Amino acid sequence: MESNKLLIAGKYYVSRLLVGTGKYKDFEETQKAIGESGAEIVTVAIRRTNIGQDAKQKSLLDFIPKEKYTYLPNTAGCYSKDEAIRTLRLARELLDGHNLVKLEVLGDPNTLYPNVVETIEAAKTLIKEGFDVMVYTSDDPIIAKQLEDIGCCAIMPLASLIGSGMGILNPHNLEIIIDNAKVPIIVDAGVGTASDAVIAMELGCDGVLMNTAIAAANDPVLMAQAMKKAIESGRDAFLAGRMEKKFYQATPSSPTSGLIK
Amino acid sequence: MKIHVNGLQKYFEVEQISLSKLIEELALTEKKFAIEYNGEIISKGNFTQTLIKDGDKLEIVVAVGGG
Repeated sequence: MESNKLLIAGKYYVSRLLVGTGKYKDFEETQKAIGESGAEIVTVAIRRTNIGQDAKQKSLLDFIPKEKYTYLPNTAGCYSKDEAIRTLRLARELLDGHNLVKLEVLGDPNTLYPNVVETIEAAKTLIKEGFDVMVYTSDDPIIAKQLEDIGCCAIMPLASLIGSGMGILNPHNLEIIIDNAKVPIIVDAGVGTASDAVIAMELGCDGVLMNTAIAAANDPVLMAQAMKKAIESGRDAFLAGRMEKKFYQATPSSPTSGLIK
Repeated sequence: MKIHVNGLQKYFEVEQISLSKLIEELALTEKKFAIEYNGEIISKGNFTQTLIKDGDKLEIVVAVGGG
């Protein structure tokens, strides 16, 4: 059934967990954790290659094969629209014409908070050039809607600062964004542990993108398994529809009649 | 000639060199890379016919782990 699959830029994905490939101890751990996460979409960064490197040095592609995963090149470290556009043009060449990209334009090196003005401008150019843009943004509902109107194929608001693990700081903003959106809303950044991922999915997010929460766990492989279950549980709970909250009003679950007197 | 590759200065005895030959000289081991030559992306099909001259700037990028 495709109705419970995640549709991004015309392609269906079974997993609603998207993962980064950074910060792992080594490529073996990257491979194992990502394998256990069940993720189909993995983000990668685009960087200068080392000149004169060891010929035996392994590359990420050896461990996370392009045939098995959908690569999502990012623009991490870009602080202007021009840097971001340049990076993604190179990424498209590198990945043989692959159009699905993650756009992020940062505004400040300490908070890594997105510069939404530059992000919007970069998105316009990239979409004109045929890119399918998944966009990292703040949890501002107006900006999220503008990015959707421009033609971004997924809106990815932060839960909290990148790599902070502080969880979902403003669930109500995320709800407003979700309620107004016709494209997938994927929480990107700030998830710290499994319960954060569950909450994001219960709010009605279409997916969660994370890196540090898994890579910086004491046992990344076990955390990857936990996150897979969290995303599935949260999604199922959302689809099931939670019970109504009754404040200060208890309701017994057992029959009130037939009590032994 | 002197060229700039990924911000490093590289010297060659020759006056010019094809991009495909330069890639061999640099002993790039990554299976996949993309090249920007003086600000323009060069597709793989054009590596042989692209001649690198003194003062040229190259950026050679790969995919690395990132979030």
